[in-house]
Amino acid sequence: MRVLIKTFFLMGLLAASPLPAYAKLNVVATTPDLGSIVREIGGDRVEVTSLAKGTEDPHFVDAKPSFIRILNQADALIEGGADLEVGWLPPLILNARNSKIQLGQPGRIVAAEVIRLLEIPTGPIDRSLGDVHPFGNPHLTLDPLNGKLIAGRVKERLCMLSTPDCPVFTANAKQFEEKIDSRLALWQKQMAPLRGTKVVTYHKSYSYLAERFGLQVVNTIEPKPGIPPSASHVRDLVAQMKAEGVALILLEPNRERKTPAFLSQETGARVVLIPSMVGGAKEAGDYLALFEHIVKTMLEAMKERQP
Amino acid sequence: MHTRLYACACIALCVVMFGGWTQGFAKETAGSEIEDLKKQMALMEEQLRLLRQKVEQLEAKPAVAPEAPVEKQNGKTEQRLKDLELQVGQQRAASRGLLAPFNPKISVNGLFSAAMFSEKDNLNFGDHDPQVQGFNVQNVELHLQGTVDPYFQVDTNIVTTIKKGATTIELEEMYGTSLALPANLQLVAGQYFTRFGRQNRQHPHQWDFADQPVILNRIFGPDGLRGPGAQLSWLAPTPFYLEFIGSAQQAEGEIATSFLSKPGETVRGYTLIDRPVRKVGDLLYMPRVVTSFNPTDEVTVALGGSALFGPNASGTNTRTSVYGGDLYVKWKPVNHSQGFPFVAWQTEYLHRNYEAGPDDVNRIPASLLKDFGWYTQLLYGFTYRWVAGFRVDYANGSGGGKAVPFLATLAQRDLVGERSRFSPNMTFYPSEFSKFRLQYNLDFADSRGREAVHGVFLQMELNIGEHGAHSF
Repeated sequence: MRVLIKTFFLMGLLAASPLPAYAKLNVVATTPDLGSIVREIGGDRVEVTSLAKGTEDPHFVDAKPSFIRILNQADALIEGGADLEVGWLPPLILNARNSKIQLGQPGRIVAAEVIRLLEIPTGPIDRSLGDVHPFGNPHLTLDPLNGKLIAGRVKERLCMLSTPDCPVFTANAKQFEEKIDSRLALWQKQMAPLRGTKVVTYHKSYSYLAERFGLQVVNTIEPKPGIPPSASHVRDLVAQMKAEGVALILLEPNRERKTPAFLSQETGARVVLIPSMVGGAKEAGDYLALFEHIVKTMLEAMKERQP
Repeated sequence: MHTRLYACACIALCVVMFGGWTQGFAKETAGSEIEDLKKQMALMEEQLRLLRQKVEQLEAKPAVAPEAPVEKQNGKTEQRLKDLELQVGQQRAASRGLLAPFNPKISVNGLFSAAMFSEKDNLNFGDHDPQVQGFNVQNVELHLQGTVDPYFQVDTNIVTTIKKGATTIELEEMYGTSLALPANLQLVAGQYFTRFGRQNRQHPHQWDFADQPVILNRIFGPDGLRGPGAQLSWLAPTPFYLEFIGSAQQAEGEIATSFLSKPGETVRGYTLIDRPVRKVGDLLYMPRVVTSFNPTDEVTVALGGSALFGPNASGTNTRTSVYGGDLYVKWKPVNHSQGFPFVAWQTEYLHRNYEAGPDDVNRIPASLLKDFGWYTQLLYGFTYRWVAGFRVDYANGSGGGKAVPFLATLAQRDLVGERSRFSPNMTFYPSEFSKFRLQYNLDFADSRGREAVHGVFLQMELNIGEHGAHSF
């Protein structure tokens, strides 16, 4: 028994001891795309762990106890915010008992704070409108320029957490921003033929992507956020898609395929699987690769659609 | 161009003036001023919308512009607009904040059921079980959650039930949880459900079945084990999740039936006396250890062991100990959609040693009573919104106590001896905030001569407001 008590005491001391000066910053990201941005800025000075998998639905991640341990060790936590993780993150943070990632600390980074959010409800809202997000659309990383803004906030916070490494973070951020600018110019050029293309999405996951590349989202397969399509909604959607000449149906790879396939069959629109996060497809290994993959997939879909 | 700049300047001025105005406003909370704020916000948004429209008209480009350079599309005007919009958003958040940040998150959850039993005296004894033929108000819970200060979060559950037309209201829980104590410690203090096993701490709307498992009902009573006290837990610095929990609570009333309970109540025939807490040793102590790991990205295993030590009121110096183990295994694919599909297997085992008596009134000699039992349940979320479940219960309350106990009523006899129960169910969730559940119970109890007792329940849950996320 004494040995046991001593062991636990020593483990406690270890847990409480500060990190050595040369240790890497331990950053936890709720989603892999945020994790990828942190990797770009932090380089080899940070250790990044992403909680959700890129193939998962970020609203419905399990609050696994192993995440408590991961968050307990974190020097910083980056979350999407705007209620993206509201269904699973709060109890993890509470149980992680880590003062560094509490609200208001430099180690708590909320991406939505620096983004001009889309679809902020302007009129009265309640849950009869479905699982509506009162702060705006939280799927904000699918605009490369938002990625730049998030990178800026990450750099700022990493500099606060590890001042000696700040020049490295600043240089990395500059490099990342340049990469985004040059790639975005290319992507926009490639996607130019798609500007004004009418699309239907399953969930409101691609609003930021659509805005950046000039796609026109005319409706969603879900009649309301989080509510599965009813027969009458699908019927109306078919009529609308035919009338408006919708070319593409965008959905995440994890969505059910039956309704999109039916819509495609009825209207001739092409179903395109677009990962909503890094890791959502094997080609989307990091933040830039995610957009490379999306652009390539969409261009191929349009090419295949045209006779 | 001039028109645009002029409009931008106006909006910027509005934002600045508005920001200053809201700072002053923060000192007051009169409803009319909040209304004014909303109106101003709406006006500002409208101005912004018109401005954006104008800019779009001025910068109108053909729908297809293959050679459009990035810089043109994201020029200075666009950037300025974005900045203004971001400011408006922040002001909006601030306007919400005037109403919200110091108020707790509030939700109300109602759990109702229609029940049919094959016996007039059924075997559902949980306070929040469907108990009577016909319609039942199982549980209406008002949940409030908020932070107190930089050190504590508070959770409160005020619960209402209606039985035979009589409404009861009780403070089920109100406890503070420390936000970030040093050395991986966490303190919980107040009135709370004892963290023994997995289900005891869950509220009825979290249960995967319409009623309580038999063994939890027998050992923790109709309302679950809870009470005022304090709990300290420690997260071990291991590579995997490992937590040690220690708790001390008051063990009185119908919320601590295996312990001091209520005078006049009986435990397997032994009548309980009025035994108040006199010393530290009269409190209820619980050690618990719980671990969890992920064999793969898709599987999570949680394993726990708990014990309880406390006094009981069958004598002046008698004690009870309870030991339990719990296992929860969940599979959910990494490409799930909205949490489906999944398979979850949950099992708990409990064993109670109860030093009883002697009972001088009924002339029953002192004895060591032993009870044990388990339940195991499997849930399969086979498609979005639909979950099929099956639970098996077994409880044995006939260990020890060789002398024939004095059991006056059928209800008392129902709580001893062997009992087994089989419960298939099907749940449909129209959304995250409501559910409908159909459940069938096939029950065999010694007290009923092992004849089958049937029960069918149709349960409904409705939830409004902001209810905090549940732990895994």
